[in-house]
Amino acid sequence: MADSGASQPKPSSSVKLVLLGEAAVGKSSLVMRFVNNDFQENKEPTIGAAFLTQKCNLPSRTIKFEIWDTAGQERFASLAPMYYRNAQAALVVYDITKPSSLTKAQHWVAELHRQASPGIVIALVGNKYDLATENDSADVNDADAVPAAEGENPEEEEESTDARRVPTKTAKGYADEEGLLFFETSAKTGQNVAEVFTAIANAIPETSLKGPRGVGGQTNLGRQEDARVNLGSARPEGAKEGCAC
Amino acid sequence: MDETDNAERNAAGPMNGAAASPVPSPKISPKKPDAVEQQDFVNPTLNIIQTLSRKTSTSALSTRTTLPSREGTPPPLPPRPMNLAFLDSRPSTSHSVAPSRPQLVSKATTQLSYTNTQTHNDLRDDSPSSGASRARNFFGLNVRSTASDADDSASVKSYAPTTIEVGGGDSESTLAGIMDDHEKSVLQSLGHKFSDQEAESLFPNDPNFESAFDREFDEIEGMASDGSNEEQIMLQWRAKLKHFLILSSAGKPIYSRHGDDQLVTNYIGVIQTIISFYQSQNDTLKGFTAGDVRFVISSRGPLNLVAISRLPESDAQLRGQLDALYMQILSTLTLPSMERMFAARANYDLRRPLQGTETLLSALSDGFTRGSPSTLLSALECLKLRKTHRQAINKTLLSTRSENLLYGLIVASGKLVSVVRPKKHSLHPGDLHLIFNMLFEAGSVKAGGGENWIPLCLPGFNNTGYLYMYVSFLNLEDPTTPVAERPKSREGGGAADEVAILLISPNKEGFFELRAMRDQLVDQLQKNSSISRIREAVKAGRPRCTDIVPGSPLRHFLYKSRGNVQFTMPAWEPYFESPLERRRLMSLYNTLHTQLHAKPTSLKIHHQTSATNISLAWSTPLFELYAVAPVATSRAALAQSANKIVQWVRREEERVFIIGGAVF
Ligand SMILES: Nc1nc2c(ncn2[C@@H]2O[C@H](COP(=O)(O)OP(=O)(O)OP(=O)(O)O)[C@@H](O)[C@H]2O)c(=O)[nH]1
Ligand SMILES: [Mg+2]
Repeated sequence: MADSGASQPKPSSSVKLVLLGEAAVGKSSLVMRFVNNDFQENKEPTIGAAFLTQKCNLPSRTIKFEIWDTAGQERFASLAPMYYRNAQAALVVYDITKPSSLTKAQHWVAELHRQASPGIVIALVGNKYDLATENDSADVNDADAVPAAEGENPEEEEESTDARRVPTKTAKGYADEEGLLFFETSAKTGQNVAEVFTAIANAIPETSLKGPRGVGGQTNLGRQEDARVNLGSARPEGAKEGCAC
Repeated sequence: MDETDNAERNAAGPMNGAAASPVPSPKISPKKPDAVEQQDFVNPTLNIIQTLSRKTSTSALSTRTTLPSREGTPPPLPPRPMNLAFLDSRPSTSHSVAPSRPQLVSKATTQLSYTNTQTHNDLRDDSPSSGASRARNFFGLNVRSTASDADDSASVKSYAPTTIEVGGGDSESTLAGIMDDHEKSVLQSLGHKFSDQEAESLFPNDPNFESAFDREFDEIEGMASDGSNEEQIMLQWRAKLKHFLILSSAGKPIYSRHGDDQLVTNYIGVIQTIISFYQSQNDTLKGFTAGDVRFVISSRGPLNLVAISRLPESDAQLRGQLDALYMQILSTLTLPSMERMFAARANYDLRRPLQGTETLLSALSDGFTRGSPSTLLSALECLKLRKTHRQAINKTLLSTRSENLLYGLIVASGKLVSVVRPKKHSLHPGDLHLIFNMLFEAGSVKAGGGENWIPLCLPGFNNTGYLYMYVSFLNLEDPTTPVAERPKSREGGGAADEVAILLISPNKEGFFELRAMRDQLVDQLQKNSSISRIREAVKAGRPRCTDIVPGSPLRHFLYKSRGNVQFTMPAWEPYFESPLERRRLMSLYNTLHTQLHAKPTSLKIHHQTSATNISLAWSTPLFELYAVAPVATSRAALAQSANKIVQWVRREEERVFIIGGAVF
């Protein structure tokens, strides 16, 4: 959590990020790992939405994430637009042990493409990687990514007896088609969690970044974003320096 | 906090009608429902059904229209549904300057000078007829096997007439020094020891109850696929002291505190059958007793809520708990949308839209099972603060109030610190209970860290729509640090960290507006030292009885200010720290409360002595007081201590209660 500027003041900007996904896929757990570097078994469902902030230091600048962790339960679905409307980034999460959650994630992606800001950076995240035991690779998305956790063993994925029910290939294929960042993570072990946020930070088009006041100082959830930049799909590659977490 | 406002709300509160309106109860003597033939569960049920028509009929007498009194009508037989559910209570923040509200100037309160000389008989009459054992054994569930003869006769003896003389209108001094020590000598003659009182529990050992309570909150194991453990599971299920079941009027399960669907289905079926039987007779089944278990049923529109209890709770108390569960459901769905769901399909499965709220319902249920003074008294507890300190906080709330704010609350360790609200909208204790439950019991919000934006319906305020609640937990040691960036380990800091700012608005998109208000509020509270005062008050905790009255023999008390709809009590420590002791204490309070409220007649003071404790319940138009001491305490000493407590509260009134509050 030591993200005190070890360096001199860098340009800093705020990024509004929203997490979407079926209930219990681990959205809040990912955020808690990212913000507090902590994990809780049997976390209770989110009610409404939680707002958290966390900084992420890139070589060239500091990104301050303003995170909306939304509730996945169906009854809150109608509130989601309020949170993604002005978001610059979205983390759409599914659970690799639950195929239906990928379907739900795909619905969210479609909705974001339809209704969110055109320039929004979307990452598809398959969580609970720790439940897939031995055989697959987490960082299929980024050949040059530095593995966050030890014991990484990149191989071709194959049928196994573990809890994984969504093959990496399937999800990765879908993400490529849609131009999404793609990661498999474990909020439990922390694997790849920082990488997701770093990749997002790097993928945010420079031009859509604002000063710290730009987004954070708003007074209304529904405020219309002024200059909206559309650079088409996000750039999945980027610097690999870690977030401060 | 204007008086008229409160009086009106109380007289015709939005929920009152529903809660109090009695269902006409025809005098049909129910025949055995022929549909019911499900083994052993049913048989005790059928036995008691014979007595039911009598009960349902009496309960219909308690019409509010004819009797404005809370205490209601002449003595009915068994516990009646009374209007003490917190649905009926006045708003927490209300404040009355003079105790002149019409509903309190009822028959009962004009009879201060009556002496209660019939407690023994009353108690017997008052217990559910087929459940006399419940009345005799307040602390256990298994009378037959645990109560010794000595205990039994002692507690019966304790209901002998008292010799209190209540003088005129001077309720404050009525208690002092008039009681004799008759009870004590009776007990002594029975061979009870009064030595080493300090070390002793106030309650007799009851191993059965202890082990049942021990396992009360344990998960029931899942049914094996081959059903091999069925019997064991059934035993576990039946051993629970308390169950809450919610089903739709079509009989679909909606919620059960214990056991999964498969397990509960049979029971739901039986209960549904019984309820429908009564409905088909145009009667409403309100409750029945089977063995040592009391069933209370509350039918609310498309829902039937059922409480099943082995604890010494009255129907009215159980009904209050069911009301809270019902309010939780409304809080999730709103009334109109729930009704729409069922209008579309009577068979609708409500579990889907309620998904994820099981934890809230269970947190409420478990709170009731552990015993909650707040629910028992339908009142709120406030953080004890100096008057001027609270005023400073109120002023800060008012001065930082943002445009779309409806209610603003500061809550510390589950106690209210201050409220800001519009003049015309009181806060409903039931609503606050739901909020507190969500924030402090269920834990989902707090555990997440950060700030929260929560849509919720506050049914006491308006059950048709949603409000939006901004929630931020403060780090009292360093309030400027957003909690989001607080290392998780700080959570171990305990109660001192549990200060929350709650800002409620009808504006769905008001998060950042309220967030800005919070920043300003916290900033100013810090500048004017309010934060450190709150911190000190939280650290100081509740005083002990002996802090309040040096040398007081009292072990614990509950004091409810009727006018303020607030209560105050001493620390649980040192005698009631364990959940078990606390439960037993609450059971005693339940019983006292029942005594005080079940009798519409003249009961203003009730004494009770058991083998191990002596207790008192005292009601005036201003307050209700419940107090307990070791059995060696004389009645005179108990009465004197009670008086001292009343004096203390009077002195500290503006500290222990929020009087006025911030109104705009
Ligand atoms: N094994 C494993 N369990 C996880 C992981 N992430 C989350 N969980 C567990 O999954 C459950 C749900 O996690 P949450 O973070 O509450 O899920 P959510 O997506 O926020 O759920 P909602 O708030 O209801 O939308 C919890 O019991 C977590 O402990 C993970 O990476 N591995
Ligand atoms: Mg969550």
